[in-house]
Amino acid sequence: MSIATTSSKLIGRQAPRWLPLLIGLCALILGAALSALIGFSIGLWAVFAGLIFVIAGPVVVGMLEGSRKGKDAFARYLIYGAFLLALIPLVSVIWVVLGRGVPGLSGNLLGTSMNGVSGVTDNEAAQGGPAYGGAYHAIVGTVMITFWATLMSVPIGLLTAVFLTEYSDSNRAFRWMGRVITFLVDVMTGIPSIVAGLFAVALFVQVLGDPSARFGFIASIALSVLMIPTVVRNTEEMLKIVPNELREASYALGVRKWRTITKVVIPTAMSGISSGVTLAIARVIGETAPILVTAGFVASINFNAFSGWMTTLPTFIYYQIMNPTSPTNPQVSEDRAWASALILIILVMILNLAARLIAKIFAPKTGR
Amino acid sequence: MSKRIDVEHLKVYYGDFLAVDDITMQIEPRAVTAFIGPSGCGKSTFLRTLNRMHEVIPGAYVEGKVNLDGENLYAKGVDPVRVRSQVGMVFQRPNPFPTMSIRDNVLAGVKLNSRRIARSDADELVESSLRSANLWNEVKDRLDKPGSGLSGGQQQRLCIARSIAVRPDVILMDEPCSALDPISTLAVEDLINELKAEYTVVIVTHNMQQAARVSDKTAFFNIAGTGKPGRLIEYAPTQEIFNKPQEKATEDYVSGRFG
Ligand SMILES: Nc1ncnc2c1ncn2[C@@H]1O[C@H](COP(=O)(O)OP(=O)(O)O)[C@@H](O)[C@H]1O
Ligand SMILES: [Mg+2]
Repeated sequence: MSIATTSSKLIGRQAPRWLPLLIGLCALILGAALSALIGFSIGLWAVFAGLIFVIAGPVVVGMLEGSRKGKDAFARYLIYGAFLLALIPLVSVIWVVLGRGVPGLSGNLLGTSMNGVSGVTDNEAAQGGPAYGGAYHAIVGTVMITFWATLMSVPIGLLTAVFLTEYSDSNRAFRWMGRVITFLVDVMTGIPSIVAGLFAVALFVQVLGDPSARFGFIASIALSVLMIPTVVRNTEEMLKIVPNELREASYALGVRKWRTITKVVIPTAMSGISSGVTLAIARVIGETAPILVTAGFVASINFNAFSGWMTTLPTFIYYQIMNPTSPTNPQVSEDRAWASALILIILVMILNLAARLIAKIFAPKTGR
Repeated sequence: MSKRIDVEHLKVYYGDFLAVDDITMQIEPRAVTAFIGPSGCGKSTFLRTLNRMHEVIPGAYVEGKVNLDGENLYAKGVDPVRVRSQVGMVFQRPNPFPTMSIRDNVLAGVKLNSRRIARSDADELVESSLRSANLWNEVKDRLDKPGSGLSGGQQQRLCIARSIAVRPDVILMDEPCSALDPISTLAVEDLINELKAEYTVVIVTHNMQQAARVSDKTAFFNIAGTGKPGRLIEYAPTQEIFNKPQEKATEDYVSGRFG
């Protein structure tokens, strides 16, 4: 009995656990009412509901549990509010792209190019006829160009980062080189994408001596100019956090430095490296301008990155919106554009999943 | 396969800084030699020169000789990587490879060097190394689990097993128990006692009872002040160092008057 009374002194008054939900619900209703007074719109409703939630929550908690808990609740409710705020753009992007992209998704879109599709076919489609034409050529272009760009940037970026973290402080000349490289990587990070595109074209025009040189691989070069600094920077950070003790443990077993790097350091950092590479790919896969100036734009399928023009999903979307195939019935082109945008997002998501998988395989093992 | 180490006039530098000055000593095979002394006196630095691990630190170099059964480790053309496969090292903090299972940790010396090994030989090597490290019974049912799931003491014994698996002649240990609890420390000390039957064992410790418990000979290092190099003050059988030291500094240190 006495124990119960002493321990009950330690337990203050507590608000019920479902309180945030209740307050949220009330805030939504009140917010709707208030915004209706001024003239209802979803944005206004959200603003009012959010304000009421962040103010009323702490006040109620403060009355129920005391002012210290009230202040704590104020911080907590602000964080809830910020979280919801951060979700809005994310959710609405996915919502809009799904809403407008799904109707355009069809076997046709995924499996055919725009070859031979003209304003006439689109006009017929708008009248209820079959919709021809798709983004297959753009998917192929995106995959090919990004593939070659990744194939070039990952080894270069990885090796540069390995040099910077593992070798650059072993002697004075290397230290100096390391500083120069770090500076150049910083400069490269700031290059606008269109400049990278122009650079790649100029380079190939010079090398091939052909002023009209345009093909997928040039675009890959432009993209890898954008990717390399990201990969270097990220990989460097990941290699730096590998504890020195692991390197020493490996050396102490009579393992050479390069084997230590390839078999201990890189695998330990692999999960971070792979997610960094994915991030770099996701950054460049949506580039439009540098693709247009390097790879041109076509309606037909081209698997060969080393000759002929190529289209990628972003350039395809751009053209479908800006120059609809049928100017009188732009709806058909818009459907294709939104569906292509959805495909682009799905591609990035697949990449993310792949990176997770790689990370899982290499991740430092835990558990007993 | 236990080898004797003869150190002749060894000086160790970090860039311009002389960290350890003029050490001459003989380390006996099939025995445990302990290095004691206040921190910063260069015990770790000196220990690392016995398998050229100091070379990992930019700017560190030595003058003098370290002979392993008469072969100078610092002679021209000696490959530090080969030195390290004969002189293994265990560190202060247990550092099993986090991406590897217990079994792969033991086999690390073989696998990281991409040496081919038959499955049965590998199993045998894993078992014998873990048995020598007194760890076999605790882990035999979970060899494929990660090494990081073990307790600190078990991890340290795993690291010792990993060193043993490359079949070195000498095992260097830098404060191997300072991150461990008393029970684990006891397990590692028992292990050190058994290891000396086959290996030359050198252990750095700042725990004097530990030096007294496990070592046959003890070397006391000291430093005159910060920025001064560490020196070998006295080197004698452990009994003598603790019971009738020749030097005043040694007596002060082992009786706990400083350090
Ligand atoms: N990586 C290093 N670079 C420069 N000086 C070092 C380095 N490691 C140790 N030292 C210096 O060398 C001396 C001996 O250090 P250390 O061998 O770690 O001592 P102990 O192991 O006996 O505590 C100290 O003065 C220390 O500051
Ligand atoms: Mg030390």
